Amino acid sequence: MKAALKLPETETAVTELLVRLRAQVAKAEARIRQRPFAVHPSLLPVLGESGLKPGAAYVLETSGSLLHALLAEPSQEGHWCGVVGLPTFAAEAAQLAGVRLDRLVLVPEPAEQWLAATAALAEVVPVLAVRPFGRVRESDAARLMSRLRDRGSVLLVVGDWPRAEARFTLTEPRWHGLGNGHGRLAGRELQVGVISRRYPAGRSARLVLPSSNGRIAAVESAAPQLRVAG
Amino acid sequence: MGRLEMGVAADRCLALWFPNWSVTAWALADGEDPSQLAAVVAANRVLACSAAAAEQGVAVGQRRREAQSTCPQLKVLAADDARDAREFEAVLACVEQLSPGVQLIRPGLCVVRSQGLASYLGAEELAAETLLESVVVELGIDSGRAGVADGVFTAVQAAHQADPVRVVEPTGGAKFLAPLPVSRLGDPNLSELLPRLGVRTLGDFAAMDAARVRERFGAQGVRLHTLAGGQDSRQVTPRQPPAELIAEIDFEPPLTLVDQVAFASRAVVAKFIDHLTGAGLVCTEVRLELTGERDEFSARTWLTPSVFDAAAITDRIRWQLQAAAGNQILSGIISLRLEPVSVDELANHAPGLFGLGPDERVHHAMSRVQAMLGHASVLTPQIGGGRWLAERQLLVPWGERLTTKMPANQPWPGRIPDPQPATVFPEPLAVQLVAADGVQIRVDERGALSGVPVAFSAGSQHGRLIGWAGPWPVSERAWDAQRQRGAHRFQVVDEFGVAWLLLLNGRGWWAEARYD
Repeated sequence: MKAALKLPETETAVTELLVRLRAQVAKAEARIRQRPFAVHPSLLPVLGESGLKPGAAYVLETSGSLLHALLAEPSQEGHWCGVVGLPTFAAEAAQLAGVRLDRLVLVPEPAEQWLAATAALAEVVPVLAVRPFGRVRESDAARLMSRLRDRGSVLLVVGDWPRAEARFTLTEPRWHGLGNGHGRLAGRELQVGVISRRYPAGRSARLVLPSSNGRIAAVESAAPQLRVAG
Repeated sequence: MGRLEMGVAADRCLALWFPNWSVTAWALADGEDPSQLAAVVAANRVLACSAAAAEQGVAVGQRRREAQSTCPQLKVLAADDARDAREFEAVLACVEQLSPGVQLIRPGLCVVRSQGLASYLGAEELAAETLLESVVVELGIDSGRAGVADGVFTAVQAAHQADPVRVVEPTGGAKFLAPLPVSRLGDPNLSELLPRLGVRTLGDFAAMDAARVRERFGAQGVRLHTLAGGQDSRQVTPRQPPAELIAEIDFEPPLTLVDQVAFASRAVVAKFIDHLTGAGLVCTEVRLELTGERDEFSARTWLTPSVFDAAAITDRIRWQLQAAAGNQILSGIISLRLEPVSVDELANHAPGLFGLGPDERVHHAMSRVQAMLGHASVLTPQIGGGRWLAERQLLVPWGERLTTKMPANQPWPGRIPDPQPATVFPEPLAVQLVAADGVQIRVDERGALSGVPVAFSAGSQHGRLIGWAGPWPVSERAWDAQRQRGAHRFQVVDEFGVAWLLLLNGRGWWAEARYD
């Protein structure tokens, strides 16, 4: 730093200094802005990245346990989470999954104004889950995404979204603990897949979501499967 | 006259005492005659009684039964501190007109500095008499007594001895107090202990060595010891009259559109906020009262987690109107009243040096969404008690306080075991659960199923079941025929691997939630 403060004599030295300073600023900015939002360790190999990228949109097929699991980690770190357009969002299951309810805000029925509400929340809420009302226009999506990039927020979309960073799929679900007329639901084992820009072929893993304590977990051992009744 | 020239009038105090104020306050509030046989009772002891009752033998501190047997016609009244304080406001206002800086000690007792009024009128007796007289003339309360002395404590004791005015000479405090019993100190421990030590009067107590008093009774004892010696160091702390913070506006002609009212009230809201700011206050809870042309009335108290600014109050006016229109208020609005319910020091809410704090920013954004979609559209969830899933999650509009009668930390038999369903339908979905022969499953009184469930349909979805369990009975308020609710719960998994939480009640099958 001392050297940088010394006044340079020649013009080339000035340009050099500027280049060096710009690089430093860019590095510092990258450190602050681009730190990804944490995801559960068991989801990391599926995602193939260190977390959810700020300024990106991720598409989910359903609003259930996977959404809770994705909200839980940033929420635990103290980030505010917002849920727009999901009147069926179950707060109790979310709390069980690890979402802090004192840092959660719900806008269950924004109807046509979902985009405006999401944009307003994006100013301050870094993790936003949204179910679009009707079809999403490319231009609306682009406008919202530029706001998100500016603020470093991440968007979790339930439904469809043009130009998503990655899509989560849940397939081959298998529930444990419930028999024919006996038992109770204890957990679900399923195949979680992610098709992302970085991995267009997709990556997947077998996970337990939700497990008996409501959280996401790696598959431990083979459990007896359910058979078709009747 | 000479008294004032002696230069000791600096802390001369004038105490005004209204004995048995609770009875007087009741008479004023309910428009009753204070001379009838009445006593205010708290915790089964007489707190105050009218003069007539006292003549019959009722005494303060007596048990209620005893008082009633002494005086069978006695009217027994419940104590009400708020009423006492409210009615005494009028007396304070009346005294303040003649001598500013009244200090309220408790309802029924107040103190002013006597210097100003006494030097104007020429004598302290005259000042005391003038104050008592103005209370009699303006409010019709003739039970008042006045005492003038050095220091608040001595003045109050003088008022107790007065009939109706007692002036204790400057520096004569100790002599005046000496014969009074130690119970006058108002300390229950000392008034019991000192007589047992042989110290019966304030004079005896004052004669004790201060160092011994400190050893035995501590700092509080030392303070009372100086009081007993007539050395009251307390000053009269003047009461701050409450600033007029309530704002009102009348609309002429009456306004019929929500936006008109919101627009027309902008100026008065701005004035309301200005007055608060001028008084160094911010408002955190505001009461809005709207009056309609046909005398309809809508009042509501609004809360905010931060502070109200003009725009936030205008939003509240709009929301309250939208809610009231059509049911509470059916005609045009003729007046609006704003009243700060709770206020806080402005300094506690000043924005930080480097902009707003993070949660302040969150609040601003939430308020913007509320302004856009309505107050009840931005919600914060909390988990409450109850047996039904939708009932357990309490959604509170942003900024409101949660009020629930059902705490979550109590056992709720019938609660679903973990994991909890990730999708809870606000209104249950109608579904069908059928046996192999296509007949809907029923549950009899003993909890037995009419068949084995094999298929399930919700709306357009149909699926075979690959697992099911139930019935799990849920019963609420089985003792109350009107409010009882009962149902049988089932967990089922369909062939697509979706698990459902179903409910069978008197009206059929419902899906309460989905595990997905």
